[in-house]
Amino acid sequence: MDPLQEVLRQVTGYIYPNEVELHWGLLVVVYPYLTGLVAGAFILASLVRIFDVKEVQPTYRLALLTALAYLIVAPLALLLHLGHPERSFEIFLTPNFHSAMAMFGFVYAWYLMVVLLLEIWLDYRKDMVLWAKKETGLLRWTHLLLTLGATDLSPNSLRFDRSASRFITLIGIPSAFLLHGYVGFIFGSVKANPWWSSVLIPVVFLFSAIVSGIALMLLIYFLSTLLRGKPVDMPCMDKLASFLFYALVVDFSLEMLDFIHRLYEAEESIHILSQLVFSRLFLSLIILQAFLGTVVPLILLGSVSPALRRKGILNLPEELRRLLYAGAAILIQIGIFSTRWNVVIGGQLFSKSLRGLTTYKMQLMGLEGLLTSGFLLLLPILVLLLLIHILPPWEESEQHVETPAGD
Amino acid sequence: MDNPKRNSPCSEPPVSDSRREFLHTFSLAAPLLLLGLRISAVEALAAEPEGAYNARDHYYGMGIDVSKCIGCGRCADACKNENDVPREPYYFRTWIERYVIGADGETDVDSPNGGIGGFTSKTPDKEILRTFFVPKLCNQCTDPPCVQVCPVGATFATEDGVVLVDNDYCIGCRYCIQACPYGARFLDPRTKTANKCTFCYHRVTKGLLPACVEVCPTGARVFGDLKQRNSPLARFTRFNKIMTLKPHLNTKPKVFYAQLDEEVR
Repeated sequence: MDPLQEVLRQVTGYIYPNEVELHWGLLVVVYPYLTGLVAGAFILASLVRIFDVKEVQPTYRLALLTALAYLIVAPLALLLHLGHPERSFEIFLTPNFHSAMAMFGFVYAWYLMVVLLLEIWLDYRKDMVLWAKKETGLLRWTHLLLTLGATDLSPNSLRFDRSASRFITLIGIPSAFLLHGYVGFIFGSVKANPWWSSVLIPVVFLFSAIVSGIALMLLIYFLSTLLRGKPVDMPCMDKLASFLFYALVVDFSLEMLDFIHRLYEAEESIHILSQLVFSRLFLSLIILQAFLGTVVPLILLGSVSPALRRKGILNLPEELRRLLYAGAAILIQIGIFSTRWNVVIGGQLFSKSLRGLTTYKMQLMGLEGLLTSGFLLLLPILVLLLLIHILPPWEESEQHVETPAGD
Repeated sequence: MDNPKRNSPCSEPPVSDSRREFLHTFSLAAPLLLLGLRISAVEALAAEPEGAYNARDHYYGMGIDVSKCIGCGRCADACKNENDVPREPYYFRTWIERYVIGADGETDVDSPNGGIGGFTSKTPDKEILRTFFVPKLCNQCTDPPCVQVCPVGATFATEDGVVLVDNDYCIGCRYCIQACPYGARFLDPRTKTANKCTFCYHRVTKGLLPACVEVCPTGARVFGDLKQRNSPLARFTRFNKIMTLKPHLNTKPKVFYAQLDEEVR
């Protein structure tokens, strides 16, 4: 049976005939989820550089590489979703300057080229030169190539690396804010859609991005340390968990503000939107996003981490504590993915006539299907493994320059 | 005119032979310029307009008298025929909605197959306050959100006031479909590009009426030129109280409704 015919049977109330087909599917859910992780991971890395949070130093390089891995994969989701991916380059060649989506191409390019690649390059340049000296074969050539010929390791040039890198981070923080705030703007600026059209959406996107990025780094740091058989740096985990708690509090407050504001204003869309929330989005919004993805992690992190009291409200042993942190981080990932789902899919489940609801039929196979999206969620991890292989982010792999006259 | 859709954004008066030669040479060199210029703009320059049609002299709109629509659905059918719109019941450039408002204030709206084939009478289980049909189509907004959001400028407003899609340019991102408050756009499953009502641009630039207006048996649809005071549309807007759909969104529609009910969204 024609899948659209099947959807037609599950429509309640009246929807415009052209609304039977849902236009942005699972791939468009994956996309803001991935960019959110990029922005979040980068903002965490910036804390080390700008605010000198020493505890989370072990995650600095790992966070930069994670951000890069996710940033490389993110546009794939958009590309696969296009009706004509072969024409996508037109966004760069003949952009419509009034289009939020077209301008996003430039924000993305700026972030990738100017911020992330440059920062990683400056941070790794010294190590790459030193690694290349010791290595043989492909890895040596890769590292030599990646230095772009800048092999000067004099104190002056190293000092330049450090100050330039700090400067890039300074630009990087607003750029990371811009990157994900802008993804929010793409939805928030659609005045035709009352579920999206809100000035708060970019801000909510941003804070949920920070939450998801920190949670991801906590997981990646924890797992990579365990897999390498190294001791887990508990002050680092505690600090990450505290930051995660604070970010989650801000994120939750903003979400609640949005919710209460809509409820209080009670515009003409309020009836259909409340129907939407309590029928089609009950599982993904109330259960997954609000309860499991926000309230439970808030309670877990608030009581166990040193966010509220120095030793935590419940003083638990380290092993248990970090397991709870990881559990909270996983719940948060599920919650944030649901958040993206509720925005993207939720915003298309009600008719713009405000008179009816439709449903989303997820496919298993095909470009827009579950398997493709699953692959796109897995792919950044594979890219990250490759990046880690080329550019080990671990503290023990850092090389020290033996200079007669220190700088 | 061979391809009025392309000509419209910068229509040219008839060209002389030497100029035609120049344009021919120019079109050979065109690939080099494609990086900087819209393909459609280049083709518009190279095309050869025959008639004296000048987009600048026109500004099209449509009037709909809700009280005259009988819900026969011939307009939606004619539109599908004229414009090769897929026949499945979820792709429409124009459709008709039936509103049944009960004495209890409950409003029931439906549009089976977009109204094509007419509406079968339902036996109401409640007292009816009022009932009517409303033809819907692209509102050809003066400030169209779809044009604003298109990342590559594939959807554009012509000088004579019609919002069109360049099929060879659309990347199929569907942002325009999301941005349209009226549900007037769909993605053509065959071309994977956005599709919508063009006011039958290929007809109106030849002085013909849009197909839906042509077949309407009751004259519920009035097509015309807002720049001409003696056009049927100008008359329609002079003698009726006019409403547009979703005026709070400030899209400034050029589809004008007379006798529109507050329940219509």
